[in-house]
Order: sequence, then C-alpha cells, then structure tokens
Amino acid sequence: MSIKRSLLASAVGLGLTAGIASAEGHATTITIATVNNGDMVRMQGLTDDFNAKHPDITVEWVTLEENVLRQNVTTDISTGGGAYDVMTIGTYEVPIWGNNGWLVSLNEGMADDWNADDLLPAIAGGLTIDGELYAAPFYGESSMVMYRTDLMEKAGLEMPDAPTWDFIREAAAAMTDRENEINGICARGKAGWGENMAFLTAMSNSFGARWFDEDWAPQFDTEAWANTLNFYLDMMNESGPNGAANNGFNENLTLFQQGKCGMWIDATVAASFVTGADSTVADKVGFALAPDTGLGKRGNWLWAWSLAIPTSSEKQDAAKTFISWATSQAYAELVAGKEGWASVPPGTRTSLYENQNYLDAAPFAKMTLDSINSADPTNPTVDPVPYTGVQFVAIPEFAGIANQVGQQFSNALAGNQSAEEALAAAQELTLEEMEAAGY
Amino acid sequence: MARAVTTQKKIMWTALAWAFGLLMFFPILWTFLTSFKTEAAAIADPPVWFLFDWTTENYAAVQQRSNYPLALMNSIIIAVGSTILGILLAVPAAWAMAFVPGKRTKDVLLWMLSTKMLPAVGVLYPLVLLAKWLGVMDSRILLIVVLMLINLPIIVWMLYTYFREIPGEILEASRMDGASLKSEILYVLTPMAVPGIASTVLLNIILAWNEAFWTILLTTVDAAPLTKFIAGFSAPEGLFYAKLSAASMLAIAPILIMGWFSQKQLVRGLTFGAVK
Repeated sequence: MSIKRSLLASAVGLGLTAGIASAEGHATTITIATVNNGDMVRMQGLTDDFNAKHPDITVEWVTLEENVLRQNVTTDISTGGGAYDVMTIGTYEVPIWGNNGWLVSLNEGMADDWNADDLLPAIAGGLTIDGELYAAPFYGESSMVMYRTDLMEKAGLEMPDAPTWDFIREAAAAMTDRENEINGICARGKAGWGENMAFLTAMSNSFGARWFDEDWAPQFDTEAWANTLNFYLDMMNESGPNGAANNGFNENLTLFQQGKCGMWIDATVAASFVTGADSTVADKVGFALAPDTGLGKRGNWLWAWSLAIPTSSEKQDAAKTFISWATSQAYAELVAGKEGWASVPPGTRTSLYENQNYLDAAPFAKMTLDSINSADPTNPTVDPVPYTGVQFVAIPEFAGIANQVGQQFSNALAGNQSAEEALAAAQELTLEEMEAAGY
Repeated sequence: MARAVTTQKKIMWTALAWAFGLLMFFPILWTFLTSFKTEAAAIADPPVWFLFDWTTENYAAVQQRSNYPLALMNSIIIAVGSTILGILLAVPAAWAMAFVPGKRTKDVLLWMLSTKMLPAVGVLYPLVLLAKWLGVMDSRILLIVVLMLINLPIIVWMLYTYFREIPGEILEASRMDGASLKSEILYVLTPMAVPGIASTVLLNIILAWNEAFWTILLTTVDAAPLTKFIAGFSAPEGLFYAKLSAASMLAIAPILIMGWFSQKQLVRGLTFGAVK
C-alpha cells in the first residue's frame, strides 16, 4: 500500500499532500452516518453519555441531508468502502440491502439489556428478513390526520377516531374559508418518491389499488388507481392550498403551524411540531387515524429511521455497542431526564407506550401507536402483491420509477394534465422501466 | 468622435445596473438575514425584514454540531491545492498549444473540453474503487487530484486564450538570446501572462470551492470540506432554515471575501480577449 501511495504522492509532487495520516489512538473510533432531524441531532448531543459508559469507543458523526446521505452510504456500501461503521437507513433500504448481504445481522452480539422482544412488531417486521433483524429502529412513524378542533367545531362536524375519505373530503370543504386563507386540507403535492408518492401510495392502498400485481405487471390502468387519483385531485382542488403541487412536508408544516390548514394528513412525527412552541395553533389540534374506504386498509404509511452496520465495517463489535446504547429503553429515559418525555424518539418500543409519564406528556402517543399498528408492510394492500412496503415497493428500481410517476401526478395537481393522462404516462413509464430491469 | 451620453441615459443605466446587482445579491442578503432569526421568525408569513429579534444562536448551534474550522481548512487546502497543481500542468500544455500548434491542436482542445460533458456519476464507481485500492479515500490528496482533473480542461483553455494574446515574437527573441525552454516559460512568458494566470487561479479556486458532487461522495470526516458541512443542515422533515442559513453564510463567507478583494482581476480575466 505504501508504494502505491508514494507513487500517487510523487505524481502530485510539491508537497501538496496536506496530511492523509490520521493518528490511530488506543480507542476504537466508529464513524456514524446520520440524517439531519431533531431526534438524530439530539442523539448526537448526548454522545457524552455514551463516552462515559464506553471510554474505549470514540464516536465521529457525519450528518447529511436525507438524499445526500442515501447517495453517500449507497456508494460506500456497494463498493465495500468501509467508511461508515453505523448507518442511519430507512425502512426502504433495509430489505434490499439485507438481501444483498450488505448488512450485519443484529440477532447476536447486542448488549444483554437490549430487549429485542420489546420492539413494536410492525416496525421490527419491516427490518427483518428470514428471522434476521438487520437494523435497530431509532424512531418509527406512521401517518395520521392532524386537524384543527376549533375549525371542526365551527363547521358543525365531529371527527371520528377512524374517519373515511368521504368524511375527510366533506369536512375539508366545510372548513375551507378562502377569505381567511384557511384551506380545508393540506397534503403533499411535491414530486418525489418520499414526498407525494409516499402519500399517494399509502392512500391508494386504502382505495384497493396496488403498484404491481403478483406477476409484477404495473397497475396504473386499473379503476382503483383512477379512483385514488381523481379523489385526491378533486379534494385538493376544492379545499387544498394554492400551489399545492409544490408543497412537501416542510411547506405543509409551515401552513399548519400558521393556522392555514383545517386538516393535514402526514407523518406522525409532525404531531410534536404542530403542538410545539413554534405553532400558533398548538392547543387546538386533534388527531385521528388515516382515512379508509371500508376495504380493510387505511391510508397510512410506515417508516422507521434505523441504525444498521455495513458488512464492510471493521469495527462491528463497537458498532453494536453503540446501537445497543442508542436504541435501548435506557436511552429513552436519558432523553426524558434531560429534555422531557415528549422529546423521546417515538414509535419503536412497546414499553414506551406503557409508560404513563410518556402518555401524559405526549397527547398524540396513542394515535401514533394505533397508526403504526394498523400498517402492515408485509401485507400492505387489499389484493395480494409480490412486494413488501406500505408507501413504497422494496425493490431497487422503485425510487427512480416513483420519482417519475410522482412528477406526472404533481403535474396533474398543478393542472397541466388530467388524471387519465397522468395515469397513462405512469403506466407506460413503469412498464418500460420494469421491462428494462428484467421483471 | 465619442458619442454624447445624456445625463438621463446615464441615470437610467446606473439604476438598471443597481437593480440587476441587487437582484443578484438578494439571495445572499436573505440568507444573511435569516441566519440571525429564530426558526419561527425564519418561516414567518408575511416575512419579516429587519425588525426581528436578532440572535446569533444559529451560529452557536452550527459551530457546536460540526467541526467548522476543520471543514474550512479542508476547503482551503483542497481548492488552493488543486488549482496550483492544475496551473503547474496547464501552463506547459497551454504554451505548447499556443506557440507550437500542431495539426490536431484544435481537436485536442475540443477533446479536452468534451471530457467536461461526461456525467460525473458515470465515473463514480471506478474512481471510488480506485481510491479504495490506493487507500486514499477520505484524504485531501485524493480530492486535490480529482478536482484538478475536473478543472484542468478549463484551466488549459483559459491559459491558452491568454497566451494567444502574447506575441510569439517576444518568445522567439528570448530564444535567440539563448534562453532555454524552461527560462522562456518561467521568465518571459509567465510574467507577461500574470493577469491571465491570476484570473484563472481565482476562477478555479471558486470552482473547486463550490464543487459538491465529488467532495461529498469521496470524504467522510477527515477530508470533509465545507460542501459536506453544509449538506448536514438541510432537512426534509423539520424546519431548520435559520440554522441552514447560518451554515451557508459560514461556508460562503471566505470565498465572498476573496471575491470582493479580487474582483478587479476576476472581471479582467472573464472579459479578457472580449474586446480587441
């Protein structure tokens, strides 16, 4: 290795080699790649506690925006780069990477007090392949209806715990007050597999639609998809905000916090934001399960940000020690002690939802748990499908295809084309991509 | 005879230039203002301009979460290093093309530029595997070489254009006086081309500073420059605009200051050869 490095260095010449060497101390240094969100940043801030308990392990953090992180870790893991010892990955990646043999099983080697049986079954199910758990959930989320209790009352309606889509549309129309800039419904419209397609795929499940049949044939030409998209477009055009085709999670969060949404259907993790200090309507928010149409599936998704170890890591034991700490029950207590129970990462452990302190501090806790439990990633649709994943299809081609389909649907919401045209284009491009991929 | 320019026209053009300048500057101004707001004030609608509670908490939070000095140092070393290395290779190449052109010189120049049309992702995996094999992943030396290679066609093109402005007879005269090739390039050509080289250096430092594809993908911690630093502050779920703005200001401040002080050379470099 040194000869190769010398060769390269001499080619560069003139002493521009500004220090490659990093001094190897006695402690094992692990590098953790993570996304930038409140819970992850909080974990970074609590590293001192881990260091105190494990002085032989030093932790280095690489925080990146979600898509940049995905690109970084995919490149690293597929080339066996070994740059990262712990990676934060989503429920979409775990089954694909686990099947590729890129992830270390966590069935063995975790700390003794790390209780795997305590993990929420729905969340753990999405991270397990053939009985092997390939990632430990750090926080889990589903989606649900967040609504303004005052506007609902003003409209003379009462939100049931488990509403139907027809009720949501009716309530949205009744709550809409264009003069006062109140939109009855806010939902994702911005194109992207993790943006509008997460919402629409989950919604389509409740309308009896599916991405593919059991032979992997695309299903956008079915009546169920036409019903889904037409309903979404009609509802958004009647009661949604202007420029909804550009709205993702953050844009809708801003609208809701500023009192401009009657209802917002989105990630359960938003509950703490809309009831938090930055929200102007914090004390007027109610929660309900994502809607259905009576077919047996609700329109909510299931997602978890989880910690996993790539097989290319040379420090797998230290990595397991870290993951045991970060995803343990004791970590929840640590966060609660420092920042209060409402700040504990939600949606991963049964014990959290049996803790009265947490239930008292987080009014959205029960609805979050019910939402997570009502999603089944291994059986997501009314009709049988060959894939797993509620708001995604766990195949490598999905992200690319769904980004393009999302563009078509976003265009339809912007009024540039009809639902029929968008569905026809989606069917054609999905068919083309799947054939090219050899399905 | 010089054309008379009326005062009215002067005022109009000045106003137009100012309006255009302010329009270009507006995103930086807005980022600057947002970086001093609270997260709630950053998303306020209608937006607040100046009358908000100015706070430096975002800068403190950004510093606390990331190693800004290391990222800054890496950016400086990588940008300056790759530019100097590029200049060292490009000066002889541009000299040969400008003063001793062959039949295929124009083709070579065009071919060099055509490498810029290759999508970077096309060579991502070969490059990562090569770097891994050499054991230089997450090192400054790797980025210096990679960014040098990416910007080399532009450096050669720019220097070639400047060198073409220099009369070849001067170099011939130095040769007749017995100057060696090395002396000719070092002591005759280079001093005459200093303005051109200076603007090439400045432009390439800016290009290397802003390069975000390779610098993010080829680094982890040790060699991570400001591009990777800033990529950690954007979030699809959660509103962190004020912190992102603070991180952006910290990342662009050094290059803004450098650009401010060297704008004369930059403008000269970019308009060189435009008017004969």
